Amino acid sequence: MDLLIFQAPILMIQASMDGILLGILFALIAYGMALQWGVMNIINIAQGDLVILGGYIAYFMYLYGIHPAWGVIVSPIIMYFVGIGIYKLVINKVVDRDLFISILATFGISILFMQLMNFAFGADVVLANSGYGTTMLFDNSVTLPNSKIFAAIISILFAIGLVLYMKKSKLGRAIRATAQNARAAKILGVDTEKVYAATFGINAALCGVAGALISITFTIHPYMGLPYTIRSFMIVIVAGLGNLPGVAMSGMGLGVFEEFADYILGTEFRIGSVFLLLVLILVYRRFKLSKKREYLK
Amino acid sequence: MKIKNIIITFVSAIAILFSTSVVSFAKVVGDKIILGAAVSLTGKYSSNGVHTQNGYNMAVERINSMGGVKVGGKTYKFDIIYYDDESNPKRAAQLAERLISQDKVEFMLGPYSSGLTKAMAPVTEKYGVPMVEANGASRSLFTKGYKYLFAVLAPANLYLDVAIRTAVELNGGKGVRIAQAFEQDAFSQDVRLGILDAAKDTGSEIIIDDKLPKELNDMAATLAKVKAVKPDVLVVSGHTKGALTAIRQIAEMKVDVPMLAMTHCDAAKLSKQHGKNSQYALCASQWHKTLTYKDKWFKDGMTYDADFTKMFGYAPPYQAAESSAALLVFKDAFERANSFDQKKVRDALAATDMQTFYGNIKFAPGGQNVSKPMVLFQVMCDSAGKCENKVVAPLKWASAELIHPIPKWSER
Repeated sequence: MDLLIFQAPILMIQASMDGILLGILFALIAYGMALQWGVMNIINIAQGDLVILGGYIAYFMYLYGIHPAWGVIVSPIIMYFVGIGIYKLVINKVVDRDLFISILATFGISILFMQLMNFAFGADVVLANSGYGTTMLFDNSVTLPNSKIFAAIISILFAIGLVLYMKKSKLGRAIRATAQNARAAKILGVDTEKVYAATFGINAALCGVAGALISITFTIHPYMGLPYTIRSFMIVIVAGLGNLPGVAMSGMGLGVFEEFADYILGTEFRIGSVFLLLVLILVYRRFKLSKKREYLK
Repeated sequence: MKIKNIIITFVSAIAILFSTSVVSFAKVVGDKIILGAAVSLTGKYSSNGVHTQNGYNMAVERINSMGGVKVGGKTYKFDIIYYDDESNPKRAAQLAERLISQDKVEFMLGPYSSGLTKAMAPVTEKYGVPMVEANGASRSLFTKGYKYLFAVLAPANLYLDVAIRTAVELNGGKGVRIAQAFEQDAFSQDVRLGILDAAKDTGSEIIIDDKLPKELNDMAATLAKVKAVKPDVLVVSGHTKGALTAIRQIAEMKVDVPMLAMTHCDAAKLSKQHGKNSQYALCASQWHKTLTYKDKWFKDGMTYDADFTKMFGYAPPYQAAESSAALLVFKDAFERANSFDQKKVRDALAATDMQTFYGNIKFAPGGQNVSKPMVLFQVMCDSAGKCENKVVAPLKWASAELIHPIPKWSER
């Protein structure tokens, strides 16, 4: 138990800002996961590995002298096709099966990706430098790396773009229709196969954006994908399926909660406290559900 | 039908058994001494695993070409059977078992990392196979009473001990205020214990003691606390990821500390990734090429560095140098034991007292090397932005003077 944060309240601002910026980035990854889960009923364990792969694309641009920020444009384009490829090879065979099969399949993809990335890029921890500098507030006592602010802005832009695309475009409407009722959509002429492929591609593209942002804000490594999968899974669980604004809120909320837990309980309880919160939320949901007796026995 | 299946399984099992036992190796075949090693060629330790293997190979080549090992009036050459442990402790333990009971290896070299060494040591101990390891520094390896484990490197708790003592010395002998953040793995936690000991010895106070989760690559909270409490020394140990993350975020958050001490800066190539931002960081290292130790196989650090670079196309990190030293220790022990009896070789290893290009080697009863101090270097950059690791402690080998305190970010 550490009371430093109460003795120096300025740290609360720092913690909140850090948490929000971090949360927005995680929410972007969770967006993709929620979309895919809702439309295809697939929990993608390889989500984090797609993120890392996207990060490597930005890193290699950086190595070849291109500013890594361009990665947020190049990476999703490449990742979209990677996503389509994975769909055609594996996912289309498991998409109508039960959730467990898809978890197994994507778990396999995750292991394969880790090993392939390790083989291709080596086991060194790498990062791309954006050289964006730092924003200082309150007489230098609150510092916000501009790369994190950049990451948050880009994440928000992509999230808004996605929502608009889902509302306005033909494919977006087809995706939503499929999510509501795949069979009905099929009967009414929606090519669900195409919708599934596009959904998986869009998810991979979002991961690509997030990966590029992570390479300029944190570090990347072939085996670092799993924490991102778990985090986005948690955000989706807390928000509830098909609740896109909820994803953004729960992303930021978890980010801030995590930072405060770090200050008050200590860094070692940071991840643990988030899991505890998850359990509490699930128990609470269950309790509410049983009270309403809405479910069919 | 069922019986037929059983017969087929039985016959093929026997066939497999025969086919593997035919190729089994013995400890010494003809003029070859065969050592066994499991190193990480794939998985998360693969880059350091390859450094380890290259270090072993370089020493084997060098010793063999300079006359090999003389035992009982006969000359022998080294050979190593390698397996890939996939950076996985369970696999490493299996491979140790396989090397000993199937390949009949009677002498082993260590894997990369404390965790994997910890997994293999009980196996080699059980069979009484002497193992000289060069990449497991965790203190817990040396407190279990292992009799057949020898490590050429200094134990983990000594990694940053020098840094704290230097800080206290610069503070006029008065205790300092320490902030520390360590990853929760065996190695980093041992480094932490070393700091706790040093703090107790010098009357220093630990004001932040964060444990970083393995999956975390964000230290913003720890660093914000550091900014608020202004310690004299900030210590970070979390493998390469920790070092890179710390430097990035210290620069981004403009954290001013008089001294920043870290581990894993050598392999991290901090300055390569971060340029001038990594300047003034103090890094603990087992070895540096400018140290003036000598031996007759590799001559000295500079020559080793040049030869290694010629052979493998990159400058040797300390992981490679210590791995090469392990072979020198084995050669020395075989010659003194003048026998291939495992017990005699073990006793000869225990009595080792030699100098190699890598440092002096003399084992304590626990198996750790006690006669080689750690070195500290500081990342120093010139005005053109070219950065170099300069040894600053211990003073005997210092090639530059320690810059202390670190200039504030606003003045850089």
